[in-house]
Amino acid sequence: MGEWVYQVENLVKAYNGRQVLNVPALDVRRGEILGLVGPSGAGKSTLLRLLNLLEAPTGGRIAFEGRWFASPAEAPLELRRRVALVFQRPILLSASVFDNVAYGLRIRGCRDVRSRVEEVLARVGMLPMQHAPSRTLSGGELQRVALARALVVEPEVLLLDEPTANLDPGHVKAIEAIVREANRAHGTTVVLVTHNIFQARRLAQRVGLLVGGRLVEVAPAQAFFQAPQTEEARAFVAGDMVY
Amino acid sequence: MRHALRLLWSGDRALVQIIGLSLRVSATAIVFAGLVGVPLGSWLGLRRFVGRRLAVALLYTGMGFPPVVVGLFVYLLLSRNGVLGSLGWPWMPRLFTPAAMVIGQVIIATPLIAGFTMAAVMGVDPNLRLQLISLGATPWQATWAVLREARLGVVVSLVAGFGSVISEVGAVMLLGGNIEGSTRVMTTAIVLETGKGNFDVALAMGMVLLGITFAINGVVLWLQGKAFD
Repeated sequence: MGEWVYQVENLVKAYNGRQVLNVPALDVRRGEILGLVGPSGAGKSTLLRLLNLLEAPTGGRIAFEGRWFASPAEAPLELRRRVALVFQRPILLSASVFDNVAYGLRIRGCRDVRSRVEEVLARVGMLPMQHAPSRTLSGGELQRVALARALVVEPEVLLLDEPTANLDPGHVKAIEAIVREANRAHGTTVVLVTHNIFQARRLAQRVGLLVGGRLVEVAPAQAFFQAPQTEEARAFVAGDMVY
Repeated sequence: MRHALRLLWSGDRALVQIIGLSLRVSATAIVFAGLVGVPLGSWLGLRRFVGRRLAVALLYTGMGFPPVVVGLFVYLLLSRNGVLGSLGWPWMPRLFTPAAMVIGQVIIATPLIAGFTMAAVMGVDPNLRLQLISLGATPWQATWAVLREARLGVVVSLVAGFGSVISEVGAVMLLGGNIEGSTRVMTTAIVLETGKGNFDVALAMGMVLLGITFAINGVVLWLQGKAFD
């Protein structure tokens, strides 16, 4: 296993002829938490979907685990199953919390589903609610279950799209702790998309700034926040960027 | 009115036979219509393809077919000089048999079931599919999960289809012919008995039919309620 989980080369994505993402190069290191920050509409979520091999890029290619792909169709299922994405607005099955978390294991034909689901539910603090129907969950509980259903498959890479948007501080703290634990105790590589600069500062070891579909700056977190190199990053860190 | 209740209570044999045939014909029709309508509706709800709008427009037209016109259409096909009747295949249902009535009801119910199934499948959040694929589902696994999400709507479509064909007169009248002891069902019996002035028998049938449709609607409402709890 190499040092890089992902490598990106001349990645371009356009919808209906409008370019929303243009990243000439980006690496994701094994075992790191990479924070992707930037204003809304900067292409952060698009980049995550491309890294998840859910959508085909308009141009360029992505390497995952050292193998290059120009389209998701080329990626074998076993490889795709080593990544899990938690969406900004998670949609659960109309089933119990337990069955929602078990889904990823069942489609993989895993054994000992019960013990693995219960272990993850305990980690996210949802074990007491495992029989609750998903439609009765609050926003914070929903996000925890969404995180649990991704963590249960023990992904090598966890892609998080605004995991705490619209949550109250208590839930934010809990979810950040879960992410940190997944990274430290389980060695999961995390790519975290957030428009919240403080969250990136709390969690990420490296930070990338996306503005208007371009990757403006990538740097270790400390350097990014203390000595930003570009005009945009300085404005963003200082809170001057309008978004 | 009192006579009607007594008829029902005594379990009049002719009456029981008529009710039994009604239930059998309509239940058989729903089985076949479901076998076609559920996959058709799922496909229309899941897939985007050229000509889908036209297919949906045709489906909606089918949902509004007057049963008596369907009856006429099948009558012309099955009659001795009709396209299918003239082929003389031994397994082809003949006019004025329960099988012919089933064919008419299948044609009435299939668009209804397909239409309601399509609506149920389209009611599932389209982002669910993408999220399941991101969790490692194959396209087939994700499709199956979406269909499972719509399962309640599918059951409702079957129950609603049954409710509409069991209370329909036009097609069973033309295709069955309302023959006593062989193709007489509740709706055609009501028409006949009312015409003859036997209001008590007609009323008894009417009450049974009303009871069945009430029970069906109750089941539908209960299922829908369960979905929104």
